Amino acid sequence: MSAIVGIDVGGTFTDLITVDDATGEVRLAKVPTTVENQAWGVLAAIDAAGVDLASAQNVSHGTTTTTNALLERKIARVGLITTAGFRDVLELGRRTRPSPYGLKGQFVPLIPRDLRLEVPERMDAEGKVVTPLDEDAVRAAVARLLEAGCEALVIHFLHSYRNNAHEARAAEIAAETWPNGYITAGSAILSEFREYERGVTAAVNASVQPVLARYIERLEGELKGRGFTRDLLVMQGNGGSVAAHMVARSAVNTVMSGPASGVMAAAAVARAAGLDRIVTYDMGGTSSDVGLVLDGVPQVTSETDMEYGMPVHVPMVDVHTIGAGGGSIAHVDASGMLRVGPESAGATPGPIAFGRGGARPTITDANFALGRLDPRGLLAVDGPGDPESVLAVIGEKIGAPLGLSPDEAAAAILQIGNHRMAGAIRMVSLARGHDPRDFTLFAFGGAGPMHAVALARELAIPRVLIPARPGLTNALGCITADLRHDFVNTLNAPLARLDIAEARAVLEEQRRLGRAAIAEDGVAVEGVSFLHAADMQFEGQTHLLPVALEGPEITLEGLAAAFETAYFERFAVELPEIRPVLVNLTTAAIGRRPAIDLKTLAAGDPATDLAGAQIGERAVWFPGGRVATPIYARDRLPADAVIAGPAIVQQLDGTTVIDPGAVATRDDLGNLMIAVNG
Amino acid sequence: MTILDPVTLAVIESGLQQVCNEMDLAFVRSAFSPVISEALDRSDGIYARETGDLIAQGDLGLPVFVGTMQFSTQAVIARAKNVKPGDVFIVNDPYLGGTHLMDVRFVRPFFYGGKLWCWLANTGHWPDTGGAVPGGFSANATEVEQEGLRLPPVKLYKEGVLDEEILSIILSNIRIADQRIGDIKAQAAALVVGERRLTAMLDRYGADTVDDAVAELRSRASTQMRAKIATIPDGTWHGEAFVDSDGVVDQPLKIAMAVTKAGDELTFDMTGSSPPCKGPMNSVIATTCSSIYLAIKHIFPEVPINAGTFEPLKIREPHDTFLYAKYPRPVSGCAAEVSQRIAEAVFDALAKAIPGELFAAPAGSSGNFALGGFDPERGRAFVMYVISGGGYGGYEGFDGLSNGCSTIGISKTTPIEVFEQRYPVRFEEYSLHEGSGGAGQWRGGFGVNYRVTLLRGEARASMVMDHGRVGPNGALGGGAGGVNRVVVERTDGSSYVPPHLSKDQDIAMAPGDSVRVSTPGGGGYGDPARRDAGAVQRDVALGYYGADEARLLFGRD
Repeated sequence: MSAIVGIDVGGTFTDLITVDDATGEVRLAKVPTTVENQAWGVLAAIDAAGVDLASAQNVSHGTTTTTNALLERKIARVGLITTAGFRDVLELGRRTRPSPYGLKGQFVPLIPRDLRLEVPERMDAEGKVVTPLDEDAVRAAVARLLEAGCEALVIHFLHSYRNNAHEARAAEIAAETWPNGYITAGSAILSEFREYERGVTAAVNASVQPVLARYIERLEGELKGRGFTRDLLVMQGNGGSVAAHMVARSAVNTVMSGPASGVMAAAAVARAAGLDRIVTYDMGGTSSDVGLVLDGVPQVTSETDMEYGMPVHVPMVDVHTIGAGGGSIAHVDASGMLRVGPESAGATPGPIAFGRGGARPTITDANFALGRLDPRGLLAVDGPGDPESVLAVIGEKIGAPLGLSPDEAAAAILQIGNHRMAGAIRMVSLARGHDPRDFTLFAFGGAGPMHAVALARELAIPRVLIPARPGLTNALGCITADLRHDFVNTLNAPLARLDIAEARAVLEEQRRLGRAAIAEDGVAVEGVSFLHAADMQFEGQTHLLPVALEGPEITLEGLAAAFETAYFERFAVELPEIRPVLVNLTTAAIGRRPAIDLKTLAAGDPATDLAGAQIGERAVWFPGGRVATPIYARDRLPADAVIAGPAIVQQLDGTTVIDPGAVATRDDLGNLMIAVNG
Repeated sequence: MTILDPVTLAVIESGLQQVCNEMDLAFVRSAFSPVISEALDRSDGIYARETGDLIAQGDLGLPVFVGTMQFSTQAVIARAKNVKPGDVFIVNDPYLGGTHLMDVRFVRPFFYGGKLWCWLANTGHWPDTGGAVPGGFSANATEVEQEGLRLPPVKLYKEGVLDEEILSIILSNIRIADQRIGDIKAQAAALVVGERRLTAMLDRYGADTVDDAVAELRSRASTQMRAKIATIPDGTWHGEAFVDSDGVVDQPLKIAMAVTKAGDELTFDMTGSSPPCKGPMNSVIATTCSSIYLAIKHIFPEVPINAGTFEPLKIREPHDTFLYAKYPRPVSGCAAEVSQRIAEAVFDALAKAIPGELFAAPAGSSGNFALGGFDPERGRAFVMYVISGGGYGGYEGFDGLSNGCSTIGISKTTPIEVFEQRYPVRFEEYSLHEGSGGAGQWRGGFGVNYRVTLLRGEARASMVMDHGRVGPNGALGGGAGGVNRVVVERTDGSSYVPPHLSKDQDIAMAPGDSVRVSTPGGGGYGDPARRDAGAVQRDVALGYYGADEARLLFGRD
């Protein structure tokens, strides 16, 4: 056996998919996530699937270790050395408050003030030295921070994106005495202007470096103990992976890697299915993640905010989290309006249906009460409630004040919840100048397939795709992900003044660094390819528009034309009056790993006809009232199945609702393709 | 009238909101003015066809525009003749429902089925609209004509076509005109986005149904506001706040605010406030009303905003005070500064009625600083605009936030690296204003210090800030936040402090001269002696206060 293994740790479950590329055998596992040490859950998943590690080719791992460490502030003690006069930049931010209205709110900087030290040095905006670096001051600061018990160090100087000489020298000096490798120079993580964002990104990196290194070391030890001798790969937020021995250096890249692997898997499945424009929708318990794939490529952004005041500006798959999920609570407010969310019941107490003490109706409860969700199909639920009693609570809390029957009240929760989610999806995807009719809604996650048809109709998207394994999509992302390293350099020159030779040289250097990084990964790849882009704007603007470049042989005319086209597509405005500016050049170096055959995921025990796949019938509510609705087993669906709604398709890792008027078919890869209007 | 089911009502409510949010998004992403694109100093909304009343406004619009755009839309309605689809009115007249001249509004009639259905409007803060001072924040104008170009409602677009003649008049009267065409197109295009989305919505639900929903939503917002007001004890509560000076006559301007709660309504009476002033710190009535709405929204952020929200808020028009400016009183400080003092007077009054809901006063200054001049190296004129934040007030259980945004804004500051790329300046410092957090059981947050030096050429510095004389109020026995300070330091070692402390205009700057600004901290909440001893120690260890200073302020080490 030479299996490749993908393991994704999510908030509730740790998922595993392993594919043996010789035999085509697929094994799956879904076990509870172990919050204290994610490695236990990982090992439990390996055991549950009966994976033989000794013969495994590689293990690809998505972890939330760094994301959780940041959100819970269980981070390393970090010291900062910065330009004289600017140590408070990381505490002051850019004069914001958590929400537009209300003057309350808190902010705690990642590095406390007494661990932020200044040294004399200064570059100007052109990268010329204004004040030379005071090397003795650097030595003294390093000594002080070590004495104060710092485990990791950030060196962050103004304008280092233009000239990093002082940062590099200070890092060299620090390395003479710093006892470990946890030294982050701001420009080494992100060579882009904006001192707060670059500084926080560096601070995030340093804060989670030791945490991630310890976790990966432990996990590697455990895997070795079970006979694993090959490569451990770790997923990054850019949707690619990196060899475990390199991951801690840019630990910040693993932040938000879970949602990214979901989008990567979706893109891979959609490409195989011949779809190049999709909106991905991963609906979870407390929130949902939305991504956009254009021409087969997931959109990447460098402007993610982890939370209030915590920008993480490394390239990441552009996933927007919207505050609505299965656990979103419904209530009737003082003016008699029905509201769904943003408050969530979370995992505890959870929806009423979970029987963990939740007493307020949620979206999941509405699905449950309306017959969409199989009472026996709830995963990891100790004492599930019964649909009738959940319906009664909805009737009492929502129906009575609004004068609706219990069924109508539950339906109202879904309708308003869907409308809110659709609005949020539109804002982060289609509202950016795209025509919904060109798209397919790719729904996954535990709850995504239940809402997909209704959401697609709301968004005027004609098709829905439910992958073969909707609840294991992130784990699939781990095994489909390529190795990836990103590079960004700021040039910030109007095209009229741009030295095109220098720009080409920047791209060539990024390619060289990319090849070197992939070589250092030491993992077998089929080849190396590159994605290039230019971040551009019109002179005077502050927002950037990324423009894809075909290769490093760029020309001024080509840049100008590509930008004009991209700008018009996005904003429907032409501005021949104003000069375009090239701000950043970016390169993603991609080490292509062998593709797996997605068909293997759909293996099941197909019945000879649709009737043979039916496992039951429930009275499910759809607009108009309850309808006797057939329930089908996903793994029993025949290859030529045509399912006209209303129908429900169940599988271990998800429930798909096919509304009346929609028609689902099964494609070669085992995906359900749903035409939402028949 | 049809009977609306609760689902349709909720769906139309969020649909209207989304139309506005999409306009906000389109505007901010394509605008040129960094004040709009980075600082988000803009707002988009939907207004009733006959009354101009607010129907919906984007979630991320600038808070001070909460109420003002309905007044300017009303001014357009009163003057508009022969309105056609595709027309776009431009207006920035402060006396016609405006703020200061730099806030330029576009108002577009929205037709559905051949009939006027509503108005779509947006506001964007332009970096310059002419006048004596680059950037428009005059500190000592005495007539509105000195403040810039004033536009009554005129059709900038006629049936979709940009009027090149009006455009050329505008562009000939403002600074850095070459980039404005980008903002004008972005601002108009945002309204087109709104029109498209709103048309789709009316197609789907029917114009009559949406009309009914708008009326119902208005009545419900009013109900919800009234329910909140009912939780306030009956009585009259007095608050006050002071503007340092009007920039011309060196004496403070007082805002006296009596808030009376009776039944489910609040009445705001500003009798006793200072008379109209000579300098530009007068507030137009639209801004005065908006500031009160905004203050209430900060106290009860969960109440949705439409015209119904404002119904139970009764404002006695403050005739003969500086809070009801009439032509030609100069007004450039009203939206940025006076508005925030008005909000503070409301906070000060209601902190006495419902202390658990309130907070001590925030820094409350936009910190507007403009440096305009000529850069010989690049051979061009420049205007650099700096805004700054300050500390927020403490509140029950928590210290105030440091370097929070102005009360009326949601604008981010521009990165120092961007300033230095674009202008002939160097920043020597950007640091926490130590000691500025007002003492209290829950102390105020801290302001900011920055110091900027002119590198070459020549320039003039102007600023409109506030709280230079008295810091933001404490609440429930807490101390006031630290004051705003401005010092100009010359290469010859001399220094200059503006006579009005926080306001000045046309200070000549030579290469090597620098300006140092320290912004206010927030007020403290509760008796400082009750502050946790460990918290005081931590504040000293972090250098937030000196050891002696802490002993003096909190009565302990």
